[in-house]
Amino acid sequence: MDLAFTKEEIAFREEVREFFKNNVPPETRRKLQEGRHLSKDEMVTWWRILNKKGWGVTHWPKEYGGTGWSTVQHYIFNEELQSYPAPQPLAFGVSMVGPVIYTFGNEKQKKEYLPRIASVDDWWCQGFSEPGSGSDLASLKTKAERRGDKWIINGQKTWTTLAQHADMIFCLCRTDNNAKKQMGISFIVFSMKSKGVTVRPIQTIDGGHEVNEVFFDDVEVPYENLIGEENKGWDYAKFLLGNERTGIARVGVSKERLRRIRALASKVESGGRPVIEDPAFREKLTACEIELKALELTQLRVVADEGKHGKGKPNPASSVLKIKGSEIQQTTTELLMEIIGPFAAPYDEHGDAGSNESMDWTAQIAPSYFNNRKVSIYGGSNEIQRNIISKAVLGL
Amino acid sequence: MDFDLSEEQRLLKESIDGLLTDAYDFDARKKYMKEKGGWSKALWGKLAEQGLLGLPFAETDGGFGAGAVETMIVMEALGKALVVEPYLATVVVAGGFLRHGGSAEQKAKYIPGIIDGSKTFGFAQLEKNSRYDLFDVVTTAKKKGSGWVIDGEKFVVLNGENADTLIVTARTKGGQRDKAGIGVFLVPADAKGVTKKGYPTQDGLHAADITFTNVEVGADAAIGDPENGLPLIERVADEARTALCAEAVGAMDESLKETVEYIKTRKQFGVAIGSFQSLQHRAADMFVALEQARSMSMFATMASDFSDAKERSSAVAAAKVQVGKSLKFVGQQSIQLHGGIGMTMEAKIGHYFKRLTMIENTLGDTDYHLRRVSEGGGLLA
Repeated sequence: MDLAFTKEEIAFREEVREFFKNNVPPETRRKLQEGRHLSKDEMVTWWRILNKKGWGVTHWPKEYGGTGWSTVQHYIFNEELQSYPAPQPLAFGVSMVGPVIYTFGNEKQKKEYLPRIASVDDWWCQGFSEPGSGSDLASLKTKAERRGDKWIINGQKTWTTLAQHADMIFCLCRTDNNAKKQMGISFIVFSMKSKGVTVRPIQTIDGGHEVNEVFFDDVEVPYENLIGEENKGWDYAKFLLGNERTGIARVGVSKERLRRIRALASKVESGGRPVIEDPAFREKLTACEIELKALELTQLRVVADEGKHGKGKPNPASSVLKIKGSEIQQTTTELLMEIIGPFAAPYDEHGDAGSNESMDWTAQIAPSYFNNRKVSIYGGSNEIQRNIISKAVLGL
Repeated sequence: MDFDLSEEQRLLKESIDGLLTDAYDFDARKKYMKEKGGWSKALWGKLAEQGLLGLPFAETDGGFGAGAVETMIVMEALGKALVVEPYLATVVVAGGFLRHGGSAEQKAKYIPGIIDGSKTFGFAQLEKNSRYDLFDVVTTAKKKGSGWVIDGEKFVVLNGENADTLIVTARTKGGQRDKAGIGVFLVPADAKGVTKKGYPTQDGLHAADITFTNVEVGADAAIGDPENGLPLIERVADEARTALCAEAVGAMDESLKETVEYIKTRKQFGVAIGSFQSLQHRAADMFVALEQARSMSMFATMASDFSDAKERSSAVAAAKVQVGKSLKFVGQQSIQLHGGIGMTMEAKIGHYFKRLTMIENTLGDTDYHLRRVSEGGGLLA
């Protein structure tokens, strides 16, 4: 047992840090630190910088542009990326549909889609959740009917993250009504520019626009856009969601936020002294740091285990990462709220705060607190994660 | 970075798990607790035979030169089996003082008796008003000739009633809460002026309140620098806290296992109560708490190699915070999920809860260590 990274791993970490320092646009970093939303341009610009370096799709097989890194190297890269902070690669393309395509797709699909995911020529979004299908995803109703060499798609998706920017969507569609609910689903990809696709924004409680409703009215899609086999879509979705949960602890994100909390709490005064000198506040902050350290080590244990025994099946311990990781992220946003106290109130309706000096750094704190309630809901709600632990780990 | 055990460590784990599976089920434990002194000399002898009492000592002192990971393995196993024998007091604490602070003569005099199982120790540290502050010492050690005279009262000395030798913290100069001027002394338990009042503890161990009245010891009784013993005391206390974290992980692990087994078999309304989601989610949260504690137990274990004493003690304190929170949750919910049967002395589960609760209050509780980390500038800094 040894906690220390090897000399090579430390050198690698330095290389990664150095690259971020020299290449992440400062404005992008600042916005992330302050919890602001980035524009499409800002994100794409950064991802193309990353891809040019060869770090756009790090975990893909080498033949499709991956790096061949060890699990520890992947871990270091993600940690440094999150804690710098720099935008993480677009999960929908890089972590979700990409691996499904290179694992289950045909040669033509691999050639057509994979390079464009890596270069962000296509922005992908995820068509899974529906108004009636949240945690019970397999009950989805969006229908794809085969007509000659086409699919005709009708239905509605929701919570579609950043669909407003998307060029492509990967969609779970019901293709057999008579089969058991998991057995009649297919995995189909198509252009968001197709006739019959409508995107409607959903404004979330923080005032932001990240998620959307997406409607399909007789959308015509070439039959060849089916990935893998007809009615096997549920298997691919499970594969994809297994990938989604690794890295969901977001330890680096919370680390960065805790550093920011210490810095802000040293500046803001309360009762004639900096907030950080209030023992009650400091102990809450310390308790959160300790929880995060425990989580970081739990994550390292999962990473080390995957390194030894291969990824194989998703590790049920990753449910621990999801539960604790989301709780800690939420606690960090609560601590920020405590620091600014009454100055949490002003609402920056148009997202253009910055002209007023006092609002410059406070404007995003309440929205970020509101927005972070999502992290215990998405990616399989924490209640679903508890179901997974109780069944897969405890055998209940 | 590596969380796996080495081949030798795996063998050690198998060997102690095997020994305790054979010799330490719940009924055997009850029997051992009824023996004179409250624990089993025969079982202690078996631990010695397998080399477990000599693990951390240098090979030149007759030991195996094992490290913190080996102690973690042993303590976790002892926690699982709810072992009442004085491993912590003798091997971890007294062993720690001798290894880190003992002179060649002291090592030669005391270590062989620990390794062969013939001698046990007690750590006389707690005072009426010291609570968890190791530097808060009223007991005095005054120079007399070349030796020392010790006066004072110590409380809840684990294994204090049975120990052959007591390790006593005493003030050689300065005031009650001065960090300088504290010494560590080896005192024969049968020395003139030592009075012991022994009693069982809540968790089935034995302890004693001990009064030292004009107890005379020689110059060779002092371990390390008698005027600046605090760094040594803190180092050994950190090792003891780390060992307690591992013991707690073992006890929580077994407590959760027993609880899950119970709710799988206990039927109400015609079904196993483990089929109810409210209980499943509670058990899942217990698993989360256990794994977080396990991670921090490993962290504290690996921190024993940190060269910076402040970093080391901050890591250990953080571990004690996490373990303290986890053990309270796992301990309490193990009783809750067992229902009425969990309230009975007859069921094993309550004994885990009691041991875990006492671990929380040994060498600093959750709030105490949280304050320490907090005052030290946090864990990220």
